Amino acid sequence: MKIRVHVSLKPGVLDPQGRAVHHALEGLGFEGVEDVRVGRLIELEVADSTSDDALTEMCDKLLANTVIENYRIEKVA
Amino acid sequence: MAFRAAVITFPGSNCDRDMAVAIERVSGIAPMRVWHGDAHLPEDLDFIALPGGFSYGDYLRSGAMAANSPIMRSVARRAERGVPVLGVCNGFQVLTEAGLLPGALMRNASQNFICRTVDLTVENSQSLFTGGYDSGQTIRIPVAHHDGNYFADDDTLDRIEGEGRVAFRYVENCNGSRRGIAGVLNSAGNVLGMMPHPERAVDPAHGGTDGLALFENAVKSLVEA
Repeated sequence: MKIRVHVSLKPGVLDPQGRAVHHALEGLGFEGVEDVRVGRLIELEVADSTSDDALTEMCDKLLANTVIENYRIEKVA
Repeated sequence: MAFRAAVITFPGSNCDRDMAVAIERVSGIAPMRVWHGDAHLPEDLDFIALPGGFSYGDYLRSGAMAANSPIMRSVARRAERGVPVLGVCNGFQVLTEAGLLPGALMRNASQNFICRTVDLTVENSQSLFTGGYDSGQTIRIPVAHHDGNYFADDDTLDRIEGEGRVAFRYVENCNGSRRGIAGVLNSAGNVLGMMPHPERAVDPAHGGTDGLALFENAVKSLVEA
C-alpha cells in the first residue's frame, strides 16, 4: 500500500521559507501570487495490513511535529 | 560521592567536546562521553548534557531523529526523576522534539545561519542553571544556528512566562523567536534548553566568560551534594 503524508505548517505559524519563495516568484515577474507556504511530502510503502491507527501514530510520533505542523494521510493505492 | 556527568554524542554532534571541557573546568571531573547507540545510561548520573551540532544531518526536522533514538528514552526517564539536563542548540531542538520542553525551533526568520555573539537578558535567576546570574542581567553568549526561531502558541507562551520558565531572552531578537525567547526551563526546573552556547564562553580565550556562571552554579551544587 502506498501512502502519502502531506505535512504543512499550521495556519498562523510564520513560514520564512514560504515568504522567501514568494519574494522570488515576485522577482521573476509573476503577479497575483498572494501567499506561499512550503510543506513536505513523505511517501511510504507499507504492508496492506497497516492500520489507520498505526499511520496516525507514525505521523504524531515522528513524521510531523504537531506543535507547528498539520498532516494529512492520503492512501494512493 | 563523586560527581558524574554525561555528554551524549549523536552522529553529527559537533559541540560535544566543548561541552565536556566546560563541565570539567567547573567540576574538576571529566564527564562520561556517551555514544547515542548506548541505550544504557548509568543510574547514578548527576548531570546530562545534550550538545550542539547537526544530529542525523538535521534530517526531517532538526533534532527529530535524535529525539526518537533509544538513548533519549533513558535521558527522559532521568529527567523525570529530577536529574538536571542541559540542551544547547541542537540539544535544545532535541529536547523540544522529545517533548521534554514545550514549543519548537523553526528556521530563522531571516533564513540565514546566524553565527555571532549576542546579548541575552537573564529572565529567571532562581533555577539550578541560572542561579549564578542576577535577574535582568545582560550576558554575552555566542549563537550559531539556522533553526533557532522559537515557536509556541499563545497559551503555551503565557503559561511558561507565568511560571517563570523563560530562562533567557535575546536583547535584540536575532532569529524571529516568539517573544524573543532564547532559553526555556521545564516545569520542574531541572531541564534547560537554550540556543546560545554557554560552553563557548567559559575561557578568556573564547572572547568572554559569561557562560561560566551557568556551569558553575549547576555543577557546584551537585559536586557539593
